[in-house]
Amino acid sequence: MEKDKTKNPNQNSFLTTLLTNRFSSLTLAVLFALVFTSLLIWIMKANPIRVFDVIITGAFSSVDVATQVLQAWVPLLLASLGLMFTFTAGLWNIGVEGQIEMGAIFAYGVIRIFDGTETSGVIVIILSILAGILGGAIWAVLVGLLKNFGGVNEIFGGLGFNFIADAVMLFLVYGPWKPEGVANGSTKMLATQYWLPQVHGTYLSLWALGIAIVGLIIVTVILQGTYFGLKLKAVGKNNKSSFLLGIPTNRYMLMSFLLCGVFAGLTGALQVTGFNHVLRNNISGGYGYLGLMVGMLANIQPLITAPIALVFIAISKGAASLGIDLKLDSNLAGVIQGALVIFVLIMDGVRRQVIKLTKGVQNG
Amino acid sequence: MDSNALAYSIGSIFAWAGPVIFGVIGETITEKAGVINLSLNGSLILTAMVGFVVGTVTNSFVFGFLAAAAVGALVALLIAFMSISLNQSQVAVGYVLAIATKSLAYFLGAPYVGKPVMLLPQVAIPFLSSIPFIGPILFKQTILTYCSYVLIFACYFWIYKTHQGLILQGVGERPSAAYIRGVNVNLMRYIYTGIGGALVGIGGALYSLSVKTWNGQLSGFDGIGWIILAITIFGGWNPIRGALGSYMFVVLQYLGIVLQPLLPKVNSRIFQVAPFPLMILALLFVNIGNADWVDRTLAGLPENVRRTIAKVLRSMKTSPPAALGIPFEKE
Repeated sequence: MEKDKTKNPNQNSFLTTLLTNRFSSLTLAVLFALVFTSLLIWIMKANPIRVFDVIITGAFSSVDVATQVLQAWVPLLLASLGLMFTFTAGLWNIGVEGQIEMGAIFAYGVIRIFDGTETSGVIVIILSILAGILGGAIWAVLVGLLKNFGGVNEIFGGLGFNFIADAVMLFLVYGPWKPEGVANGSTKMLATQYWLPQVHGTYLSLWALGIAIVGLIIVTVILQGTYFGLKLKAVGKNNKSSFLLGIPTNRYMLMSFLLCGVFAGLTGALQVTGFNHVLRNNISGGYGYLGLMVGMLANIQPLITAPIALVFIAISKGAASLGIDLKLDSNLAGVIQGALVIFVLIMDGVRRQVIKLTKGVQNG
Repeated sequence: MDSNALAYSIGSIFAWAGPVIFGVIGETITEKAGVINLSLNGSLILTAMVGFVVGTVTNSFVFGFLAAAAVGALVALLIAFMSISLNQSQVAVGYVLAIATKSLAYFLGAPYVGKPVMLLPQVAIPFLSSIPFIGPILFKQTILTYCSYVLIFACYFWIYKTHQGLILQGVGERPSAAYIRGVNVNLMRYIYTGIGGALVGIGGALYSLSVKTWNGQLSGFDGIGWIILAITIFGGWNPIRGALGSYMFVVLQYLGIVLQPLLPKVNSRIFQVAPFPLMILALLFVNIGNADWVDRTLAGLPENVRRTIAKVLRSMKTSPPAALGIPFEKE
């Protein structure tokens, strides 16, 4: 630091570089988030290092838990990928959670129709996934229509539809679709021919994993390699100018809802056929809400969603064992994830302000 | 149901409305200044936890409410800092905080679940509370419920009848004009966001210290924050209309509970969801007057029909403060 001072008359040059460099600024953000959560853990009279150890062990220590993380990564990644479309268009699709739920309901509904018939399992699985996509898309387009034609902000429209999806789910699993005799918030288990094949002895479905990776490629290509993606970006950056330049902004926004709903519906369908093998309350598992945070950090670059989603899901899964090991509430996962996003946003804001200030100094 | 029991149950509606009123008024003040505090759902749960924990640990309601107000203000000021000083999206920051503060509440509050409960006592106002029927409903409440009545009118008076209120409106509607007249726009925004957040915090504590206690999973309260944001819009950023919206919401929710026994086969949790479709409908009503296609459709109707519909739509229509959510930069 001393050397820097002699080289440069600007006393804070080391600090300036530290704050304006993308990499160091991001590292600082993660560091601050860890310090902040450590403080909270310390307040709760636990040892932060022990807690982080439990989380990491809980997520990666054995093949068993690691495959569970990978399995949970699929829905989070798919939901975050769908959100890339709405984020690119400058929209907040909080409704993604309900769209996942609707996808699951539609997918299960189709399997229910075919259950007991002669139709081959493969065809039924394909049909159910397509139905799930349809369900998610319908639920998303409804929010888009409310925004375009009713002036209802997508945050409230989306939230409303999330709760309506909840109600539909509760009605079905405690009503017409409940297994005989019991009402435990879940339907009866699907017959095994309607399961996506799983790796022997684990919950991991390579098919679901493959679909997620294909999805990652598709979204990247659409958003970064097509004219449609470029126009969608324009709509998100400056809605009014895009409209004046002849882009039908309403249609593009609706399209982004539709595409997001497709991915959300797919997520829900895979939750049914690939992982849970039942339809149950909370099947969307908060992946939609978490996906919004992942999407926020990814800053509309689809490829980056993959590693961020992996880190986030590892935190969630790892924290699940906190209650057993350290008697701490597993909601710590949400605190760590939230702190990460907040500090990344803060450091990003600081970085821009510092750049602006130093530019001002140079010009003046 | 005899009239006493009815008065008692309607009285409980007004008690339950307290937290909602504090939330709506707090958010109205914040948004009037041009800042959206989207974190409400989380910050209400967090302040409910803080109010309960500090209240029971210190054995003092005053400290409970003060701590909750401070935490509510802190969360709101974080949004103000990140949006005003660091130029980040208010919606993004607010959303993350809505999720994160909820987790924080459940994480920090877990050890206090099942701790002995203390509830804010009801104070009957002499004379007024003995008015038949209305008396026990309105005037046998907790002190803070009375405060919520006063707050509605005080806030209305402040915004529309004082010089300071005029400045507040200017900051939210035309910040550049306010700036030219010597108003420190961003400072005002910080102040009103903080005050609004503190009111939200009192609302949270009022819930856990008078309506239901902290039991680690405020299932009946989770989601109310989003409703409050919608009521603020429905109320057209006017405290009195917002308060009416709050009471309407609370009455509807109460009706859901009362009517539930009539449909015993339907799962009770479905009734908790009922306010949300209504929220969409309400927002649709207040916004639809702004849509182009409505004007176009109306133009094709006979004159007297058109005029009536247009009048109804206009009476419901609300428009946000012009600079809501838009950062102010002096150029």
